[in-house]
Order: sequence, then structure tokens, then C-alpha cells
Amino acid sequence: MSQSEPLLQIENLTKVFHIRQGFASQDFHAVDNASIIIDSDKPEIFAVVGESGSGKTTLAKMVLGMETSSQGILRYKNRVINDISRKEMKTWFYREVQPVFQDPFAAFSPLKRIDSYLYETAQNYKMVADKKEAPRYINEVLSEVGLTLAEIAGRYPNELSGGQAQRVAIARALITKPSLIVADEPVSMLDASLRMSIVNMFRKLKEDNNVSVIYITHDLATAYYTGDRIAVMLRGWIVEMGPTERVLGNPLHPYTQNLKSSIPSIKSDESWDEKIDLAVIETDEYTRTGCKFAGRCPAVMDICHDNIPPSVRHEGRTVKCFLYDESVDPAKKTALAPAAG
Amino acid sequence: MGAIIETNDLRAYYITNAYGVERTVKAVDGITLRIQEGEVYGIAGESGCGKSTLLRILLGAYQPPLTVVGGDVKYHLEGEVLDAAEMTEEQQRDLKWRTISYIPQGSMHVLNPVRRIRDTFHDFISAHRDVSKAESFQLTADYLRDLGLPEKVMASYPHQLSGGMRQRVTIALATILWPKLIFADEPTTALDVVVQRGVIQMLKDVQQKEGSTLVLITHDIGVHANLADRIGILYAGKLVEESDTKTILESPRHPYTRYLIESLPSLDSREERMAIPGRPPALDRPPSGCRFHERCPLAKEICKTVEPQLIQIEPGHFTACHVVEEELSHVAV
Repeated sequence: MSQSEPLLQIENLTKVFHIRQGFASQDFHAVDNASIIIDSDKPEIFAVVGESGSGKTTLAKMVLGMETSSQGILRYKNRVINDISRKEMKTWFYREVQPVFQDPFAAFSPLKRIDSYLYETAQNYKMVADKKEAPRYINEVLSEVGLTLAEIAGRYPNELSGGQAQRVAIARALITKPSLIVADEPVSMLDASLRMSIVNMFRKLKEDNNVSVIYITHDLATAYYTGDRIAVMLRGWIVEMGPTERVLGNPLHPYTQNLKSSIPSIKSDESWDEKIDLAVIETDEYTRTGCKFAGRCPAVMDICHDNIPPSVRHEGRTVKCFLYDESVDPAKKTALAPAAG
Repeated sequence: MGAIIETNDLRAYYITNAYGVERTVKAVDGITLRIQEGEVYGIAGESGCGKSTLLRILLGAYQPPLTVVGGDVKYHLEGEVLDAAEMTEEQQRDLKWRTISYIPQGSMHVLNPVRRIRDTFHDFISAHRDVSKAESFQLTADYLRDLGLPEKVMASYPHQLSGGMRQRVTIALATILWPKLIFADEPTTALDVVVQRGVIQMLKDVQQKEGSTLVLITHDIGVHANLADRIGILYAGKLVEESDTKTILESPRHPYTRYLIESLPSLDSREERMAIPGRPPALDRPPSGCRFHERCPLAKEICKTVEPQLIQIEPGHFTACHVVEEELSHVAV
């Protein structure tokens, strides 16, 4: 751990949902033993990638205090998030930690003028001394996202384009001058061209305003483009985590390799040769006793079916795989060439 | 091989009249396409540029306020030329799903949630062919096996399947009657990369097995790169560039296409990439001249007033841009 107190400390965090089917009850680990630390002295963009159903959103909800954790440590600035009182959530926590969601049109009521959200947030969190101050302050915040108050004043959400509405959503999050933004799939509703403008904005916010961002996405290309560090999630596990350039530049976990090689390339001479297997039924993989990727893994060993792989340090990152576990007989390991590309 | 579907200067507008205020949205404005039999034709562009409207017209599935105000859509099927606008309801019913099929976006809402997959398939097949339940189950099982889908899905309900599997089941359902012409609307959007790859593979399989024609609509250039033979780029209701996939990706000429391709992030570099400035114009009052001129870095005086025509700049490569046109005329002189 670093010398200074971490901004966000997640250790062995687990979220279990109980599913009841008739008389049978099943435990469903949406997030299983996740550990992430974000330092307070050095802002960063921390990307979380994975398939749908890998637990990314559950992780985000726990960080935002919208879901309680089942086990493990979850602290923001050394305070246990689950224990923060409702009053303090309002007066302190949400001033510090702000969300940005996937669909800006779902986040704003269609019947309310969009600038009213900005005024309300500014007043509720007492960011301005009196009402007259508000427009100037809001305009200042909007300029961070490349908009002006004149452009959006009095307009309803449906009058804005998807990119503009998402910018307003981000501006709303910035009003409280947060230290951490949790962005859950903020660009997946947007076109490729608009994606870049939003993603460029996160980069700028980190550099100019010292805001850390947890950037949750299934789009590896933008994660690589923005992320300083990355965690790859699979069925509730973090299977590989480390600096983005290492993890995506040279992925070690077979799942990360699979993800990387699946990005459609726009170079016409690069096409896929081998076929891939997809998981058939989602819950099958969650309830596996061994490694959750064993059913699809090209390098699967006997040990993988019944035992949970350890998280080991390897080449500057953590990877949860028996292939990199030194106690496993090397002769049994299938040579796995790093993914091409 | 001839064209299987063609449009001629197709214009389709949304015409609404509310409280005496008439509003016309020119969503498809003068599009001429010739899609060859057996090819995969990709249609790309940002949201709001008319992709889905064009698809609706091509499918013949539209109602007011969407109105075709000019041009026509012609199918060339089994030696006959059919005008989409003049088909009787009976003809349409006869063609749909059996000859012309459509893979919708968002498979979540397509499959009946309270019926097992095999029953959905039976409902679908028996509506078009005279088959018993056992026969349609057999047909479904064979087809799913051909496409590499596990037999387990037959007895599942939609909610038990993962998103990618559901999308693939939807593709199987739309293609089980071996249509000659398949339209796919954003078939991989909102799927993650691994699943997307599986779906792309399956679309390829389906298309190649019977040599069907696939019209693929998506804003994701990466998907086009892996599937399409030819790509048409739409901007604000107009076709601005069309060529084979390799040419579009490697030497695009229209400034809009160049933006689209250059703005894509990739795992090759983390260098800062520029987003396309501005946003697509509102189509009820489209800009004069070239519709891209407000966002175009190369725009000249002529672009503001005169609409560029789609011209052939090399065999099979068409683009509508004054600047490109001018460059070419200099070369010619």
C-alpha cells in the first residue's frame, strides 16, 4: 500500500445475491473477492472491462453506496461506505463521489428542463453562496465539458443530441467538484465519433481537475485509450489487473487474450481464423466450482475444473490463472502464445 | 450476377402536420443503390443519418408519417422484377421471412418470453410451411446444429440464455427458411466483443451457406470491416461514398468517411484522437449545398451553395464531394 491514505480502498469485496427457485436457494456471487486501490495523491482513470454479466455494474453500485457489500472492505477516504449515515451520504459522500450512467435520456426526466438539474445540484450541495451566483458557476462547469449555459438553458432533454445530453450528465456530476467519478458505460449508447469526445473529456478532467475516474465499459479500445490501469472482470472475478499498456499490450490471462483478439480489426488483412466458443447459459459459469473460464479456455488443465486459481503477480500485473502459478507442474501447462496483434 | 435489390433516386420523408404546422424530415433524400446478389452490403453512418429509415423503405415496412415521395425500390427475385410499393399484401406476406428476412436489433424483445425456443421456432415455421410439430423440431435441431448452437437451447426459455446466445437464436430464427435477401439492423450493437465476434462469425456462415445477400446496417466500422464486401456511407440522408470495403478503409476520399475511420480508437496507439466536430444536422432543415459543409475542414464557398453529385472517381468507387472532384479535374488536366 502507498504511504498516503488511499482514495478508494476495495479489499476482497464480495457481493452475494440469493436466488430462490422453489424451495432451493442458490448463492450467486456477482462480485467475488475484488481488490482495487486508487491512490488519492495521483488521479487516474481506472478502467473496468468485461462481458455483460461480469459484475462490473454491481461493483460500481457498491462503490456508489447504492448496494451494500456482503463481505470485504470498501472504504472511501478511510470511511467504510456501508456505515456512512444517510445524512452524511448527502452532505459529504455524494459531494465527493459522483455517478455518470449509460443512458443520459434515462437519467434526466423528459418533463424537466435540463438546466434545472444543474441548478438543483449546485444549490443542494451549497456550491454557490446565493442564487445569483449560480449561473456563473454553472457556466464555468459547463465550459469544462465544452458547452455553455446559453446552449442548454431552458431546453428539455429531447432537444439535445445524445452526446450533448451525456456532456450535461457529466457536467452535473462535476458541479460538486468530486474527487471520484464512477462512469458506468458512459459511451456505449453513443456513436464512435461522439465516443471520442466524451473519452477525451475524461482524460482532460483527470489532468486539469485532478478527478479520478472509474471507467466501466465493454469497449476495450476506449479502455486502452483512456485507462491508466485496467481490471478485466469475468463472472464476478477480476482475472487480470495492472497498467493498461501491459495488460492489453500483452495479455496473460487466456480470457483477456480472447477479449483482445475479438476486437474487430479495421485492417482488412486481419481476420479471425479460429472459431470461438461462447457461454451458453449465463448462470452455468457463475456456479462453476473451479475456474469460471475453464469451459471456454483453450489452455484448460485438469486442475482448473475443481480448484479456484490463485491471483499471482506476474510481469507487473496480477493474474488469476493456474498457468502462472509456480506450484503447478510446468509440464501440464499448455503453451499459450500471446494473442497476435 | 445481377442486382437483387435496387433503388433509384429514392426519397422518403417523414411528413407530419400538427396544429397546422407542417414539418418535413428528409430522412432519405435521393439514394441510388444497386445491391448485387450474393454480396454483403454494409450501410454505415452516425445515428440520425437515415440508416434505419432506409432499411424500413427497403423492407417495405413503413407507415405514415414516413412517406416515399420519389423514386422506387425494386426487387429482382426469381427472374421477376417486383416494385416494393406496388406489391399486394398477399405478395408481401408470401415474400417475407421466406425470401426476404430481417434480423432485428435487441433480441431481448423479439423472442416470446413465455415460450421455449423450440416452440417459438415451431410457431414461426408452421406459419409459412405446412409442418407438424415433430418436423419443425427436427428442422430446428438440424439447423441449430449446423450453425454450431448447442442443442440445449431448444428447451430453454429466452431469459435463460445469455445475450449473445439470444441474438444468435434470433439470427437462426430469421434465417431458418433460407431467405435470399437478409437485412440486419445493428445486429451486434450492445454486445461485448467476444459475443460480437461469435455473432459476426454466424452471420458469415449463414450468408455463405446459401450465398444469400446480406444488407448490414451498423455504425460500427469494425463490424463492416469483418463482414461487408462493399460499404455505403450515409450522411444526413444522402449517400456520400460507396466502394469495396478495402478501399473505404484504406483510402477513403470523402472528408466525412475519413473522420469516421480516423476517429476510431485502437489498441495500436494511445495517441490523442480527434472527435468529429459538431453533430449531424437536423433533417427538417438540412444545410444548403453539401450537407457536411458545416463540419467539414475542407469546405469551400461552392460547398455552401451547390450540392455535390455522386461521381465515380475510380472503378467502383463513388463519392460526392466538391473538393475531391476538383482535385481529380486538376489531375486530368
